[in-house]
Amino acid sequence: MTDEDIRIGVFVCHCGTNIGGVLDVPSLAEYAKTLPHVTYSADNLYTCSEVGLTEIKENIEEHKLNRVIVASCSPRTHEPLFRAICQEAGLNPYLFEMVNIRDQDSWVHMKEPEKGTYKAMDLIRMSVHKAALLEPLERIKVSVIPSAIVIGGGIAGLTATLNLGNQGFEVSLIEKENELGGLLRSLHKVYPSNEEASKLLESIDLIESHKKIKVYKSSVIEKVDGFIGNYKVSVKQSKKIIEIDAGVIIIATGAIPLSPDGYYGYNRKNIISQMDLENVLKNDQISANNVTMILCVGCRNEERKYCSNICCMTAMKNAMLILEKNSNAHITILFQDIQASGTTYESYYRKAREMGILFIKYSPEKPPVIKKGVVKVYSDLLNQEIEIPQDLVVLSTPLIANEDSDKLAKMLKVPLEENNFFLEAHVKLRPVDFATDGIFVCGSAHWPADVAESTSQANAAASRASRILWKDTLEVEGSTAEVIEELCIGCEACIRICPYKAITKDEETDTAIVNRVVCKGCGLCGASCPKKAIIIHHFTGDQIRAEILAYGGEV
Amino acid sequence: MVIGAGIAGIQASLDLAERGIKVELIEKKACIGGRMAQLDKTFPTNDCSICILAPKLAECSRHPNITLRTLSEVQNVEGTAGNFTVKILTHARYVKEDACINCGLCVEKCPMRVDDEFDMHLRKRRAIFIDYVQGVPAIMSIDKEKCLWFTKSACRLCEKACEREAIDFEQEDKEIELNVASIIAAIGYDVFNPKSIVSLGYERFPNVVTSLEFERLICASGPLGGHLIRPFDKKEPKKLAFINCVGSRDIKNNPYCSSCCCMYTTKEGMIAYEHDNEIQTSIFYIDLRAGGKGFRKYIQRGNEDYAIDYVKGKVAKILQDEQKNPIVVYEDMDTFEVKELQFDLVILATSMIPSKDAVKLSEILGIKLDEFNFFKGMTYHPQKSSKEGIFLCGACREPMDIPNSVVDASGAAAKAAEIVMRV
Repeated sequence: MTDEDIRIGVFVCHCGTNIGGVLDVPSLAEYAKTLPHVTYSADNLYTCSEVGLTEIKENIEEHKLNRVIVASCSPRTHEPLFRAICQEAGLNPYLFEMVNIRDQDSWVHMKEPEKGTYKAMDLIRMSVHKAALLEPLERIKVSVIPSAIVIGGGIAGLTATLNLGNQGFEVSLIEKENELGGLLRSLHKVYPSNEEASKLLESIDLIESHKKIKVYKSSVIEKVDGFIGNYKVSVKQSKKIIEIDAGVIIIATGAIPLSPDGYYGYNRKNIISQMDLENVLKNDQISANNVTMILCVGCRNEERKYCSNICCMTAMKNAMLILEKNSNAHITILFQDIQASGTTYESYYRKAREMGILFIKYSPEKPPVIKKGVVKVYSDLLNQEIEIPQDLVVLSTPLIANEDSDKLAKMLKVPLEENNFFLEAHVKLRPVDFATDGIFVCGSAHWPADVAESTSQANAAASRASRILWKDTLEVEGSTAEVIEELCIGCEACIRICPYKAITKDEETDTAIVNRVVCKGCGLCGASCPKKAIIIHHFTGDQIRAEILAYGGEV
Repeated sequence: MVIGAGIAGIQASLDLAERGIKVELIEKKACIGGRMAQLDKTFPTNDCSICILAPKLAECSRHPNITLRTLSEVQNVEGTAGNFTVKILTHARYVKEDACINCGLCVEKCPMRVDDEFDMHLRKRRAIFIDYVQGVPAIMSIDKEKCLWFTKSACRLCEKACEREAIDFEQEDKEIELNVASIIAAIGYDVFNPKSIVSLGYERFPNVVTSLEFERLICASGPLGGHLIRPFDKKEPKKLAFINCVGSRDIKNNPYCSSCCCMYTTKEGMIAYEHDNEIQTSIFYIDLRAGGKGFRKYIQRGNEDYAIDYVKGKVAKILQDEQKNPIVVYEDMDTFEVKELQFDLVILATSMIPSKDAVKLSEILGIKLDEFNFFKGMTYHPQKSSKEGIFLCGACREPMDIPNSVVDASGAAAKAAEIVMRV
């Protein structure tokens, strides 16, 4: 394409008043018209609305645009949509550029609108110069192995496995213990219907006899290779290594209850944990008359700031079960905030109070003190210290991340949050996805979750996974790195720096090769290559240089 | 078939469509988007709500596997899992869908001024209108109840204004029959009207508003253009009080917990502070329910970085002084004194209540309700209704926030896909 053939369309978005209330949007659209190659320019109230999108399509056709720029919000949320619109109008989606004049301009320069408008001019000018150099790219097609690996055979893993199996996909369920069931196996009954925990594991039989499902017990993940649609996983089962291929992977590795060692004189005798109590109840060995439960032991503190979400309900459940055995028992629950959200749980909380369970709020600054035969606690409500007789103290500790989360996260190349729970792609709208395609998370591996939450997330993860599994092939991002073989000296700097392990060495030619399906186009390799032998498509050296020069006003 | 096109219904539809399954998406309103479209920002990321929703709205209308039926209601359902026959009534829009380009010329000419439901009655709209600016589908509709032509046989100014001859007063309601394998109900929730709690002064005092009204007041595309002032006297409020659990955890009204309010009042306090660093917020609460991922940290941020004061205690009543400033009367849990604090604006975090359509739809679908009239899900598989092949997601089964609605929606989609694959 010669220079004269480049026809750029610029659409500047008001985003209601988000941008339009600060920047002078109409004059930005006017300004764009003065820039090289810009054939058409306009402002829209909301470029992402149906009206705005139609306008883009119509103008691509009418003005024979072959580059489109939208100056609006964040490409993180909107680039896929605008690219798709370009494609619908017959334009290669990589001939689209986005300028963020909202998050990086109108929002931060709310109080200096004039300077903000000048900044937007700079940003748009830079983008126009880059756009002129854009090249069409092809998305890469990859085949999909129509089967899933689910890691973890607790209630979340079981539910996800069964759903995918019932949808007709092959599933390999990997469990590190020698039995399926996870944490539920250690529990007596579960809230809110106080059902036997074992009843909820009845799906195990269905799974073990399901013709689409294969269960690997006493097995751990050793190695993960590959990418969306084509994962190769090595599973270690006692001494042998089994290779399993799968299109997607679901993480359902759960969490573990923190041991209260070191808190409140925990001794497993008259000061026990809720998990210990489950066992006592299961074996019908409860004899105490005065029971005090202390919530938030080992959490909501400096070390673990979070609330573990399920402990209030668990404590209430066990308190109710004690009362069922011994209606004369006095049970006191010392809490900070009662977590009983929604309809059923709030009713459960009310029922617990009606049954005579006493709830006393304590503050972490004045924690309870256990003395012989009594618990002393400062009650916020009564504004004084009170003494509660006790012959059993039960400590509620949080669920904490599995110790091997870190190892698994590294193998799967997915992130963890600060407490080592798996970190999803978007807290709000992609709660069970990862930024890495083809991997999903559910249950307590994501955040402490009870049975209902775990099964909900498990089905959600199965749904997200099934979107990939039913396809024969899928398309992945085309803006990736490419090594120019002739320039590469085989120094391996790129191989070492690549966070996605997308680069390997071709032993024959002694040069690096990029697996374009795994590559995320982050650019680290390109920046670290001493010979400039790596092109980052869509962010090439020429394109970025053009932007920088356009900013300096020298072009 | 998915009933209801809020975030839950949209997510369920998109998951199924991307799974290769055809979806009929039924929405009662003229535009999809539901409650999430009305919110300003969303916790705990403080992402702009419509900004993250808009791409999904567009996807819904563009996806070849989704048939969007707005202004539509389910009339009747027969059959069993794998084979339901559904009757749908689609109300006339009085605007030709293929001709209208949402240019707004008709709106300018319409002489009617009607309370705008989307903006919580804080602004007026016309009788020909679109629910909200980014609404999908981006087509006008005529409010038959309010239009002068339908009420007084006069006017038709919109028809003259329209350059595309898109106005069609002759359109009629249409009934169609659909055959579907599975049904997902995602009709969302309504908001409790706190007028019935007289002591809180709602509607008696101009500076007592609800949380959803506050979302519109503070929203950049809302009636104030994002500049927070008291609607009553245009004064910039500096002291805000949020009252949690209004109508919730209250046996006289709704005994249950609405589950989102602790978090969204914190968010609203944060956004207010971002608008004006002089704003001080007090949140009156019973328990701070922040068990979700990152929620505790969010509350801490609210307290440390956004000058939000969390006050434990149930508010007894609200009074107002001569300048119409609300005065919150509450019991201080530290000193046990009854205290009075004056604020510039009080925001009531009102309960999420079952949709007014819930009872009727439960009868049509033949599914059970719980004691509060939310759709009843199975205890440990909450997306399953009492009837095979019919699933539930989002706040129509229990008050819940957006991430949980999204999880619920994908979960319901997975269960529906099982039924479809069995057929």
